[in-house]
Amino acid sequence: MATIGSLAGQPMRAERYGDRSFGSIAFLIALWAAVGFAVLTLGVLLVDSMLDGAVRLDGALFTRYSSQILPETAGARAAILGSAWVIAVTATLAIPLGVAAGVYLEEFADPKRWYNKLIEVNLTNLAAVPAIVYGMLTAGLALSIGLERRVVLAGGIALALLILPVIIIATRESVRAVPQEIRDGSLALGATPLQTVWRQTLPSAVPGIATGAILALSRALGEAAPLLLLGGLVFVNYDPDGLFSGFTTLPIQIFNWASQPQLAFQQVASAAIIVMLILLLMMNALAIFIRNRYQKRW
Amino acid sequence: MATGPRSGPPDRPPGSAPDITHHKKRYGERLALLGLGGSAALSVGITIAIVVALVRPSIDFFREVSFSEFLTGTRWAPTFADADFGVLPLITGTLWTTFIGLTIAVPLGLGAAIYLSEYAHDRVRKILKPVLEILAGIPSVVYGYFALYFVAPVLLKDLLNLEVGTFSVLAAGLVLGVMIIPTVASLSEDAMSAVPQALRQGSYALGANRMRTTLRVVFPAAISGITASIVLGLSRAVGETMIVALAAGTRAQIVTAPTGNGQTMTGFIAQTATGESSPGSLTYNTLFAVGLLLFVITLIINLIAASIVRRIREVY
Repeated sequence: MATIGSLAGQPMRAERYGDRSFGSIAFLIALWAAVGFAVLTLGVLLVDSMLDGAVRLDGALFTRYSSQILPETAGARAAILGSAWVIAVTATLAIPLGVAAGVYLEEFADPKRWYNKLIEVNLTNLAAVPAIVYGMLTAGLALSIGLERRVVLAGGIALALLILPVIIIATRESVRAVPQEIRDGSLALGATPLQTVWRQTLPSAVPGIATGAILALSRALGEAAPLLLLGGLVFVNYDPDGLFSGFTTLPIQIFNWASQPQLAFQQVASAAIIVMLILLLMMNALAIFIRNRYQKRW
Repeated sequence: MATGPRSGPPDRPPGSAPDITHHKKRYGERLALLGLGGSAALSVGITIAIVVALVRPSIDFFREVSFSEFLTGTRWAPTFADADFGVLPLITGTLWTTFIGLTIAVPLGLGAAIYLSEYAHDRVRKILKPVLEILAGIPSVVYGYFALYFVAPVLLKDLLNLEVGTFSVLAAGLVLGVMIIPTVASLSEDAMSAVPQALRQGSYALGANRMRTTLRVVFPAAISGITASIVLGLSRAVGETMIVALAAGTRAQIVTAPTGNGQTMTGFIAQTATGESSPGSLTYNTLFAVGLLLFVITLIINLIAASIVRRIREVY
């Protein structure tokens, strides 16, 4: 049985199965074209940003503030610091809440109860809500609690709301992957269910949760749409210095620069794109490293 | 025999299980459990808050603009002196970019999924999957830049000699499609990989070749997952903001040709939000009325998807 199963999984010799007919070959070429298109587009996109932005990949990009009159020396200093602040707030809010909710749903919730079913349905819907709607929610929230819209805290809340479903789903998957025997062993030794989760299940699930959380944060880092609703984030020429300080972020700054007609703004926009893509690549590499290095195979 | 409360066998009929669950009330644990449940319940709170946040300014909006004018009017000029609030131009803009995007993303995404699931060697798959993951991880503002400064001027104008301006729903839609390819591809591939090997073997045993097996056996068996992936792509296309804000244009008009300049619902929200709009003003309320419409549309799409998936799912 094993040999048959593994044989069928292997690519088979084409001629024996009539895979040399004209239709089959045309079909395979179409599939190659589909994959090739995706790879080619990625390549063109990366090369195009590199070529446009290379001239402005200089020190001024990191040390200077944006300027409306001097695009040749405009920099993304405020945007880079702003992104760091906002992502820190997002992580602080979204990771504990998301992990707690994921652990509850996977370990304690009785899936037959109506309220747990409601939470399940609601989660799948939340994950498909357009990003910009989270910005509108945050703007509405800020208005009703009297918080200034354009501060770091509001930006962090908007992005935390956006990635909360992602973190909950990642937590659930990694907690589910922990074998039942570990829980049973812990319970048999007299640990309470909560002690079991805290000392056995959760530590075993940490690599998976960390990977999911980093990927979610990298999505938050590149997201601009919800922050647009917080209003007037583009004219920031100071370092953000706290939760209630005004801010801008890299994607917002790129959007603003890319909307300007001058060539110099286009160049600084693509230089900032290169910086952002390198940051994202580093976060993704870290996530993959954690997954490969620490994830347990049971 | 010891008689202390915690030692020795408790009084219970022989053969029944010892009751170990009600030893002692652990209030700390109850509190922690409440905290965990509260975090999960928060997600429902978020949905309610979204609805409230969108509906409240929308009510103020519909006090000044009638419902039928909003939904059936054909002129969208909310900030003009002779203001009009017909949302149809924005809807046609969204329809165009979504349609063009799906025309790109569905065939290419499914093609990539079929190749990865049914044809690719392990080694090739190990290279191609990260490529798709990178494509999925690129921020939409970068795609917007690419649409505005490469696809429109270089690809469409210089290479294909099309009559496109700086902004067009065509450029935005094409890049939107590229952005959605990984969504369609990875979910469809999961669905096709989950089809049991025995079905393929049965098909081969009956003399079908690989293409026939893929199209007539694997594809129909995975159709619920494939449908779900397409619908998720659709709702992402409708809600995507940065690409259309940068590349589709800012002129709200009924778009008649794909090379035309047109504003989408999300494009309007982005453009108006970056300008000055103080809370309570009609402009601000207009923003939320369009946001509510967008939310309702994506919600309906998702509900339809959920019911389709439930109805046609094949369980192995």
